[in-house]
Amino acid sequence: MTTNREAGVTRKTRHAGPSGWMAAPALAFFIVFAILPLLVALYLSFTNWDAISDPVWVGFDNWPKVLGDPVTITALLLSLKIIVFSWVVQTPISLLLGVFTAGRQRYRAILAAIFFLPLILSSAAIAIAFKAILDPNFGLGASLGLPFLNQDWLGDQNLILYVVVFIIAWQFVPFHTLIYQGGVRQIPASLYEAAEIDGANRWQQFWSITLPQLRYTIVTSSTLMVVGSLTYFDVIFVLTAGVPGSGIRILPIDMYITGFSANQMGQASVIAIMLCVIGLVLALGLTKFSGFTKMTSQQEGL
Amino acid sequence: MKLHSTRDGAGLSRRTRRLTNAVLAIGAVSLLLGVTACSSSGSTGGGANASLWGLTGGDQDQVEAPSLKEWNAANPKLKIDSNYFANDAYKTKIRTAVGAGSSPTIIYSWAGGTLNSYVKAGKVVDLTAATNGIKSKFLPSVFGQGVVDGKTYAVPMNAVTPIMFYYNKKVLAKANIDAPKTWDDILADVPKLKAVGVAPFSLAGGSKWPELMWEEYLVDRVAGPDAFNAVMAGKAGSWSDPGIIQANTMIQQLVDAGGFVKGFSSVTADSNADVALLYTGKAAMMLQGAWVYGTFNTQAAAFVKSGLGYTTFPAVDGGKGDPNDIVGNPSGYFSVSSAATKAQQKAAIAYLTKGVFDKAYTDRMIKSSQVPPIQGIDSQISAGGDFGTSVYNLTKAAPNFQMSWDQALPPAQATALLTNLDQLFNKQITPQQFSDNMNKTIGQ
Repeated sequence: MTTNREAGVTRKTRHAGPSGWMAAPALAFFIVFAILPLLVALYLSFTNWDAISDPVWVGFDNWPKVLGDPVTITALLLSLKIIVFSWVVQTPISLLLGVFTAGRQRYRAILAAIFFLPLILSSAAIAIAFKAILDPNFGLGASLGLPFLNQDWLGDQNLILYVVVFIIAWQFVPFHTLIYQGGVRQIPASLYEAAEIDGANRWQQFWSITLPQLRYTIVTSSTLMVVGSLTYFDVIFVLTAGVPGSGIRILPIDMYITGFSANQMGQASVIAIMLCVIGLVLALGLTKFSGFTKMTSQQEGL
Repeated sequence: MKLHSTRDGAGLSRRTRRLTNAVLAIGAVSLLLGVTACSSSGSTGGGANASLWGLTGGDQDQVEAPSLKEWNAANPKLKIDSNYFANDAYKTKIRTAVGAGSSPTIIYSWAGGTLNSYVKAGKVVDLTAATNGIKSKFLPSVFGQGVVDGKTYAVPMNAVTPIMFYYNKKVLAKANIDAPKTWDDILADVPKLKAVGVAPFSLAGGSKWPELMWEEYLVDRVAGPDAFNAVMAGKAGSWSDPGIIQANTMIQQLVDAGGFVKGFSSVTADSNADVALLYTGKAAMMLQGAWVYGTFNTQAAAFVKSGLGYTTFPAVDGGKGDPNDIVGNPSGYFSVSSAATKAQQKAAIAYLTKGVFDKAYTDRMIKSSQVPPIQGIDSQISAGGDFGTSVYNLTKAAPNFQMSWDQALPPAQATALLTNLDQLFNKQITPQQFSDNMNKTIGQ
């Protein structure tokens, strides 16, 4: 009886919360559309396949070929640059805008609505618009008569990376602003009241309350930014009319060109696996080193 | 005991609930799998009719769709269903479909490297016997592109579009020059045009393939067709041909002289920005396909009447190539899928031999100022306008019609070619480095 009851209790606690079966549809979806394709890509990375004939098993041939190719190494470096520059540009802007729009004043609400506009545009639309704006002969510089805007923005291979970082920021700062806005609004007002009583000025409040309280928001936003920049594709593809030059051939673009232009699916799969591993390592690393997984409360003692 | 039974009851209900959930989950998964299974078998299996995938645009509206409508009305037993896709989307889609054995019965292609890979994988049907009767009506240089290893696998289905040398007459008059006839003329004209404040050449470098047109013509004029034939044959080191290196040196010479519009690497062809540069008078000349004539017509009809000039690519003094040689796209081609049923193949072959380029088909094409690759239609074409006549005569007179390299070469080499060519135009690599890089791709 007693043992029976104990067994029942432990079973009960283990099954506390909704049934695990509720995750089944999501899990099935994930397996069919993420895990299976990944395994197929892994298999293809050991073959030569032109997407028409049958794949030919070549063992490890593709791996040293791709990893030792200077094009892949350049692509990796460009991807890292995009990640770092995107983070450095977007984080401060989103953070400050998030703090600003978290205020309840009406003019801030109106400005917030305007800031969020890019968020509802599709990437393709954004790319087409910027392509037209940046056209050296018919674009903004030419129409306004401002020669300094007439740079070879998209053609100069030393310049295009920064142009793309700018456009990504333009597109995604609103999203991250939204995240920060939510984060700031969750900070209890009592913390600021207490600080004010202690005579802290706005700057000190920002540094000592807002920033530390936003720690996990920063981790979330940074993870999204880093992994997002790693797989960034659509705007670059449309912006360069489907044929990106050497200055913006980041890993996903390199993968596309190798797979779908050159039809070397085996080598493209190697790059795909690389991307997947890098993405996982970055995401796991970020959450681990920031202590995100421990999720200790930031509001102890309130 | 009471307690026990309650727990048992709870356990039971929990178990049934879990069971229902499981059934639901399995249902959801099977639904999901069912959906994917359906969509993958849909393309060929279902309809008894033959199917055709074509490209959206002028061809579809003015030629293909009306032709198929007539065909289906006249041949209810050989009906053909059609679908149309945008150019770039089509290229990816068709490859996947052909590879998976679910392609349409009639496969559109640009012949060249793609057709070769279809033939090698046994994905298309041998049409030699079926096309013997119609072979003679086509221009031989165009029909020949559909022949692989002596057998016909594809038949021409749309216009001949060589690369033309366009110029703005008013702009040339302002600089007091005529259209260049030789490479030296071009070099002499560049400073004169810059002096009157226009860019000598419009070039959609952002799209990369327009840069290839320069490469193709210059290599032909300098070294003749043999230089590229060696590359096609996969001869080791063939990209180091002195003619190719000289042509690439000339390209960089023209880039240095400011021959191309400022920021040409940002100009793209899909937005027609290169065409606009010419008709707005910001650039004097442009090398582009015969297909952009339609764009000139829709965007600047007045300019076409009074200001647009066109000719063939200038000669290079001392070059081996015949100045009458042309490069470009001989035509688009239709092949028949080997995965289709016998009945579908029968309908498709009947349409390709009797429907495509029947009188109405040819007439419609001429009416939309395109040039069919058909013999002996001089009088009809000249009634259609000067541009068509020019293209038709150039094509007939050409000793060699080189298919665009990016379509002729296998995809891996073509992709590397465009990347390296772009770096050559941007002066990131030298002609020697270009040849070295390209030599490595031979055999891929």
